Amino acid sequence: MLTVFLQFLFSGLTVGAVYALVGIGFNITYNATSIINLAQGEFVVIGGLMMWFFAESLKLPFLVSVAFTIISAGIVGLLMERLTIKPLKNPDLLLMIMITIAVSIVLRGILMFAFGKDPYVYPSFTEGEPLSIYGAIIQQQTLWVIGITGFCIILLFFFFKKTMVGKAMLACAVNPTAAKLVGINVSRMVMLSFVLSAVVGAIGGMAITPISLMEYDKGPMLAVKGFCAAIMGGLGTNRGAVIGGFIIGILESMTAGYIHSGLKDAVALIILLLILFFKPAGIFVSKAMHQLRKF
Amino acid sequence: MKKGDLLSFLIFILLIILLPVISGSTYTITVGIFSGINALVAIGLCILMGYAGQVSLGQAGFYGIGAYISSILSVHAGLPIVISVICAMIVAAVAAMILAVPALRLKGHYLAVATLGFGEIIYIILNEWGPGGPSGFGDIPHFGLLGYTIGSTTGYFYLIWGLVAVVMLFSINLINSGTGRALRAIHDSDMACNAMGLNVTALKIKVFILSAVYASLAGSLYAHYVTFISPSSFSLFYSILVLMMVIVGGITNLWGAVIGAVVITVLPELLRRFEELDVLVYGLILTLSLMFFRKGIVPILIEKIKKLREFAVAKH
Repeated sequence: MLTVFLQFLFSGLTVGAVYALVGIGFNITYNATSIINLAQGEFVVIGGLMMWFFAESLKLPFLVSVAFTIISAGIVGLLMERLTIKPLKNPDLLLMIMITIAVSIVLRGILMFAFGKDPYVYPSFTEGEPLSIYGAIIQQQTLWVIGITGFCIILLFFFFKKTMVGKAMLACAVNPTAAKLVGINVSRMVMLSFVLSAVVGAIGGMAITPISLMEYDKGPMLAVKGFCAAIMGGLGTNRGAVIGGFIIGILESMTAGYIHSGLKDAVALIILLLILFFKPAGIFVSKAMHQLRKF
Repeated sequence: MKKGDLLSFLIFILLIILLPVISGSTYTITVGIFSGINALVAIGLCILMGYAGQVSLGQAGFYGIGAYISSILSVHAGLPIVISVICAMIVAAVAAMILAVPALRLKGHYLAVATLGFGEIIYIILNEWGPGGPSGFGDIPHFGLLGYTIGSTTGYFYLIWGLVAVVMLFSINLINSGTGRALRAIHDSDMACNAMGLNVTALKIKVFILSAVYASLAGSLYAHYVTFISPSSFSLFYSILVLMMVIVGGITNLWGAVIGAVVITVLPELLRRFEELDVLVYGLILTLSLMFFRKGIVPILIEKIKKLREFAVAKH
C-alpha cells in the first residue's frame, strides 16, 4: 500500500515540478507586462529538444549543451518580445494573448519542421542505481528535476528580492509609469521578462525529457497545466505557482494511479474551475490585492 | 433592419446562390460547407465578444456537445435527425447556463480561462466516455428532413448556408433591438448598466447560451455531414480557431465573423502546397495579421469605403 502510494507521490512531484516551472514562467511575464504568454509551453519543448540536439546529435559535453540550450531558449524569448510584443502600440490584452497563441503556432511549426513528429529522449544526467524508499523506486533523474526546480525557485527569489534588476522588474509590474519616472528602462525589463521566462521553461524541459520524453506538440498541454498552477496559487505569486504545480502534479498521478489514467488531465481543469468559481484570486492572494490587478 | 444591413444581406444571399453554380468543383463546395459550419460558431462568439464583451475559449465544448449528442441520439436511440439536433441544442443550452452562472461573475480574462477549462473537460469526457473513445465513431446518418435525405454536396451547401443566413438575420435583428443596445452598453461599462436598472448578469447569461446553441447547431451539422466524428475535432485548438476567425474578421461586426470564418477555413487549404511548412506559414500569417490588421478585415474595409466616399464627395 505504502509503496504504491509513495511511487505515485514521487511521480506526481516530478511532473508537478515542471508545472511549477511553467507556472513561474507565466508569472514572470505577467508580473512585468500583464500578458499571459500562452507560448510558455513551447519554451519547455524547446528546452528538451535543443538539449537533445546539442548533447545527442552534436555530442557536445553536458555542461556546454546545457549552456547552449539556455542561450537558444533565451534568444527565442528575446526575438518573440522584440518582433511581436514590442512593435505594438497600446494594444489590448486580448490581442496580446491571441498574438502569443499565434507565436506558439509558429514555434510549433518550426519545431515540427526541424525535429519531425517523433518523441526524443536522452540519458539521465547521472547514471546509477535508482534509490528505493519503502520499496518505492526513485530514478536519479527525478531527484534532478526536483532539485533543479528548487534551485531555480531560490535563485528567482533572490533575483526579485535582492538584485537591482529584479526589483526594477517588479516595479514595472506595480506601476509602469512610475517606474519610468524613476529612470527604469521599462521596455528593457519587458524584454528581460520574456527571456527569463523562456529560460525557466527551457530548464524544466531539459530536466524532464529523460523521464517523460519530448515531442514538438507537447507545448499546449504543458501551458494549460502550468497556467492552472499559476492561477491556483494566485497569478503573479511564485510561491503560489510552486505549491499549485505540486498539488496539481500529485493529484494527477494519484488520479491516474487510483482512479483512471484517462482522467488524469481532467484533474487540473476541474481544480481550475473550482478555484475560479470559489476563490478567483487564488489561494495566496487576498481579494483586495486581486482587485488592484488589471486582469 | 437598416438599409445598409439589408443591402449586405441581399448580396450575401446572392453569393450563396451563385457560388455552387459558378464553381462546379466538389472540392470548392466542400470547403464552402466547412466555412459555413465554422461561420455559425463564429457568429455566436462574435455576439458574445464584440457586443457583450465576454471572451470564451470553450466553444469547442459546445460544438462537441452538438456533434456527439445528436449523433448518439440518431444512431443509438433512432430519433429523427431534426429532433436529435434540437435535443443537442437544449443540452448545450443547459450546459452553458450551468457554466455561465458562476463563470460570468468572473472579471475579464478569467472568464476565458474558465471556459477553456470547460472545453477541455468536455474534450476529455468525449475521449473517455464518448462512443469509440479517442478513435471516434462513424455511420452517422446524413442530415434529412421529413424523410428526404440530403446526400449531395451542393444540397448540403445550400442547407448550411441557408441556416447561416437565418442565424445571421436573427442575430442582426437582435443587435439592432433594445437588447442589442443593452449589450453594447454592457461592453462599455457593467457598472453604468447596473445603475440604469439593466439586469446585466441575466443578459450576459442569455448571450452566452445563445452562442452555445449556435455552436451546438454547427456541431450537429458537422457530424451529419462528415458522418464520422472523433474527439480530436473538438479540442482546444478548435476554440482558438474560432476566436481567430472572429478577431481576423473584425470583432465589432457580425459580417466579420462570417468572413473571418471563410478566411480561416480556406487558408489551410491554400497552404497545402507548403507541405511540412504549412503549420509554420499558418502561424506566421496569423501573427502578422493580428499585429498589423488588428481591427479585422471588415471594419478596415468599411473605413476604406467611407474614406473613398468622402473623397468623392469632396471632389464634387
